Amino acid sequence: MSVTTSVPEKAPAKPPRSLGDRLFSGVARAAGLTILAALAGVFIFLTIEGVPGLSQPTSTYAPNHDFLSYVGPLIYGTILAAVLALILAVPFALGIALFISHYAPRRLAVPVAYVIDLLAAVPSVVFGLWGARSLATYLVPLHEWLYAHLSWLPFFAGPPSVTGRTIFTAGIVLAIMILPIITAISREVFAQTPRLDQEAALALGATRWEMVRMAVFPYARSGMVSAIMLGLGRALGETMAVAMVLSASPIVTLNLISNTNPATVASNIASSFAEATPAKLHVLIATGLVLFAFTFAVNFAARWVVGRNDRRMSR
Amino acid sequence: MAKSIDVSDLNIYYGDFLAVEGVNMTIKARSVTAFIGPSGCGKSTMLRSLNRMHEVIPGARVEGKIMVDGQSLYDASVDPVAVRREIGMVFQRPNPFPTMSIYDNVLAGNRLNAKRLKKSESDDIVERSLKAANLWAEVKDRLGKPGMGLSGGQQQRLCIARAIAVEPQVLLMDEPCSALDPISTSAIEDLIHELKTDYTIVIVTHNMQQAARVSDDTGFFNLKATGEPGHLVEFNPTKKMFTNPDHESTEAYISGRFG
Repeated sequence: MSVTTSVPEKAPAKPPRSLGDRLFSGVARAAGLTILAALAGVFIFLTIEGVPGLSQPTSTYAPNHDFLSYVGPLIYGTILAAVLALILAVPFALGIALFISHYAPRRLAVPVAYVIDLLAAVPSVVFGLWGARSLATYLVPLHEWLYAHLSWLPFFAGPPSVTGRTIFTAGIVLAIMILPIITAISREVFAQTPRLDQEAALALGATRWEMVRMAVFPYARSGMVSAIMLGLGRALGETMAVAMVLSASPIVTLNLISNTNPATVASNIASSFAEATPAKLHVLIATGLVLFAFTFAVNFAARWVVGRNDRRMSR
Repeated sequence: MAKSIDVSDLNIYYGDFLAVEGVNMTIKARSVTAFIGPSGCGKSTMLRSLNRMHEVIPGARVEGKIMVDGQSLYDASVDPVAVRREIGMVFQRPNPFPTMSIYDNVLAGNRLNAKRLKKSESDDIVERSLKAANLWAEVKDRLGKPGMGLSGGQQQRLCIARAIAVEPQVLLMDEPCSALDPISTSAIEDLIHELKTDYTIVIVTHNMQQAARVSDDTGFFNLKATGEPGHLVEFNPTKKMFTNPDHESTEAYISGRFG
């Protein structure tokens, strides 16, 4: 008793903290600051090296004339490929995650989860090779079918590519690549849904799917957005798979199945980097800066949407 | 609305583990039946077997018979989802849906039944259920606010409102007051008294006084020894149970001389 009362009189400063506590907080803080420093370093590099790329002689931007018209089709291609990949991958990924966490018997769920995780470890070059050499040829009939039956949609206006090396194929390859990360993270958050919430729904006479909609999805929403954002991030930045699948040309088109396809920022950097002049290099880095800023903006937007929902419910 | 339940020779297993053995009892309609007994003796398992909620745990199964008004609960043709719509449940810890408003929480069960509700019907159900759960006066001005914003006792009454909104035959309560303070507890007990005019209520409790206060019949569960299955020692009217029980171990448990 007497010890505790005497302390505040003598020492209004902070209470003593143990060595381990101080050590850990120091290490954690250092780790956090390092990430910020690395991010700032990348940003500073991109800015210093990229800003000159905004105003190079016209010939550098061939076949276009200035930076905006050069980067425009690339950003468009990037978004198109990434959105296509998300549209294909998200329903599959969430379905697989839900199957593993809530539907499959344990002896099936564990191996399925393991295989999906393995998929994440396959290097993107391998996906690129497979997409360009194997998958593309198999998808040619699908391209033709889409053209024959759905050509009234601008996406399938055709004429269909005979090689199958289109943005449509690239989107499918990207979808397969981002599937594991979305699956793994959503599976984890689905599995953490409090038992009590799930039982609340079941006790009201919910079927399993109704229980998932009532208890699991609302609980996991923010985690699902994180998972999709990470997948989107990977799709936006993916280089090799897209570069190897696509035969690119600088155009903006909704047509997914024709011979002329827009390149993505990252694949364009990869395919032009080796033979770039110093001036061209600045331009490429500037496109990288645009991609960096764009990815940042998408992430912030998604966080804001999730945060707004959470804030509304906690009031 | 209310129905009686007949349990005969009921064994409940988790995998190979026999959790509850040889239960026979008759739960009367429009009355409160309490299950008491030490922790781990299977009273919650017994309660959950009454609306097939124990099946949520993989490997759980029962032998024997549970008849609800002559209809077998475990008949192969009976859908557990349909059972749970008839036999509602309130849990140990209040569990309103965290992302739903008070209004939506009350209607959660009704919306499952798929048919579209008109706004006026919904309003009626919400008001009637919240009034029946003695919560209406406290929340009527903030129905759109999240259910998680209420106090623990209010949340539990919200859960009761949610359970009775679908007008079940039977209401099961698994230690509904164990996470609540004495004032909230007494509010819930008053509520149980009122609800028994319309519903058959089965309540698990660790609180002997609570069992004595709210119930008409009491079942005492016990373990023969650690690792042995739980069994029903005695099932009698509460008055008799607390004054002149048939079994010595019942008296020992009730009077606190346990073991």
